[in-house]
Amino acid sequence: MSWLEKIVPSVIRTERRKGESKVPEGVWKQCVKCNSSLYRPELERNLDVCPKCDHHMRIGARRRLDIFLDEEGREELATDVTPVDRLKFKDVKKYKDRLTQAQKATGEDDALVAMRGTLKGQSVVAVAFEFAFHGGSMGYVVGERFTRAAQVALENGIPLVCFSATGGARMQEALISLMQMAKTSAVLERMKQAGVPFISVMTDPVYGGVSASLALLGDINAAEPGARAGFAGPNIIEQTIRQKLPKGFQRSEFLLEHGAIDMIIARKDMRDTLARLLSKLSGAPA
Amino acid sequence: MNLNFLEFEQPIAELESKIQELQLVSDDNELNIAEEITRLREKSTKLTESIYADLTPWQTVQVARHPQRPYSLDYIQRIFTDWDELHGDRAFGDDKAIIAGIARIDGRPVMVVGEEKGRSVSEKVSRNFGMPKPEGYRKALRMFNMAERFKLPVLTFIDTPGAYPGIDSEERGISEAIAQNLAVMSRLRTPIICTVIGEGSSGGALAIGVGDQLNMLQYSTYFVISPEGCANIIWKTVEKAPLAAEAMGVTSSVLEELGIVDETIPEPLGGAHRDPDLMAERVKEKLVEQLDRLAQEPIDGLLERRYQRLMSYGNPG
Repeated sequence: MSWLEKIVPSVIRTERRKGESKVPEGVWKQCVKCNSSLYRPELERNLDVCPKCDHHMRIGARRRLDIFLDEEGREELATDVTPVDRLKFKDVKKYKDRLTQAQKATGEDDALVAMRGTLKGQSVVAVAFEFAFHGGSMGYVVGERFTRAAQVALENGIPLVCFSATGGARMQEALISLMQMAKTSAVLERMKQAGVPFISVMTDPVYGGVSASLALLGDINAAEPGARAGFAGPNIIEQTIRQKLPKGFQRSEFLLEHGAIDMIIARKDMRDTLARLLSKLSGAPA
Repeated sequence: MNLNFLEFEQPIAELESKIQELQLVSDDNELNIAEEITRLREKSTKLTESIYADLTPWQTVQVARHPQRPYSLDYIQRIFTDWDELHGDRAFGDDKAIIAGIARIDGRPVMVVGEEKGRSVSEKVSRNFGMPKPEGYRKALRMFNMAERFKLPVLTFIDTPGAYPGIDSEERGISEAIAQNLAVMSRLRTPIICTVIGEGSSGGALAIGVGDQLNMLQYSTYFVISPEGCANIIWKTVEKAPLAAEAMGVTSSVLEELGIVDETIPEPLGGAHRDPDLMAERVKEKLVEQLDRLAQEPIDGLLERRYQRLMSYGNPG
């Protein structure tokens, strides 16, 4: 913090951040759903779920894997896969600069983190999307990391769990992004044929190319409460059909009702539920 | 303005209308009129050549969407014999945005699946302008599985503005339907040849586009999001669609360079709609040649090659 920022009252500083909560950053956080001011340490203990209204807030990929995997014996996978700007894509900004910006903002080099570890003692491979990185969009790195993680699962006969949070395919990598849909689906099909379980957990939000590939190919598809998931975004659908969408459209409860997912899992139950499911799928004794 | 010509083709349209006028008066049988017509024809050809030698990506998008461009059914009529259309997904309905059936090409039985936009206004409506719903993709999936059982090679024709974005599509699981096709096509034990004949838009195109061979017609386009959609997100206006088309690299030349498209089939001068018979002949010739080649490969080798090709998408270098 510079000396100037130090002497400017904190209220003014926070007001400059457009679109963010009015509660001063730091100890307090405002729930976007019920507007309650929440004490951060308590919120974190509650896994970033609002204790007042049960709203499941978005969390980063690393935190997601941190609260999911056992503490011991984690190993990050496919870290040598790094972004390439094959098309030299440029719009109002260069894609290269957008990548650098996202890397600085999130501390991640792209939008997927993959790890091998254990869940209550069972070996698993787990991957999580980083929504804060370019809207969690899938380009080459996301597709390739997912695929390599799935290959580790396949070769070792251990289950794969994916926590998705994404706007879909990444425009700036154009058709390379589209082809990641085919690539990830192909490796999942090999897992399916080999009888290696894949559980897909959709977290708010999951759209477009990721929804129309890996996210809906789970042996078991699940979602967090209130997560929005679908192929086309609500705005596009409204523009196409020229009518308002029904309440709760594309939320996990809607997906459950229409048979797209097997279950809704609250964040606090994630470890228990997935461990229970996976132990049965792998035929482990009770 | 002549509606048979696109905006950037208007200089050609003007010449063509002059030729037509002259033809009307040529009954007078004056030699110099005949000469004049020949001269104008040559000029028109030269002009078309020069315009088409240097199409921008956005102009190519417009040719790919030309209202008179041949659609799947136009190719099916010209390329195949013994065409029997098959209907329905056996679960919900028959989606006319996707046509499917068994036919013969050069005597050999094949499974044909194509996206169809429809020609007349009423046909466009009944085919939902070529925007399939889940039942369309599930019909395609049923055909793929049948093709595997009866050892029929699969030929697909891609031409869609995208999978239909609507409430019913979402309710019936459009994402799952597309995803399922990608998964199954990746390991279907029969050769698959996919050809983009017009507009290949995003997941709705890819859902019948995974195979051993990907062809594009010279002026067809293939993109992850429509140039309008991309422009809307980045520039907040569809007016910038030409820039988006440029940035995304939507044409076969770029996609061949990226190793995604295998072959580009040249179009008649001025686009496929100028001579659908010739275009269909070229597509047929290519398909027969590719079928012959793929039929010689042992199926396990073919599947491994298909898989490795999918795995390589986007690999640097």
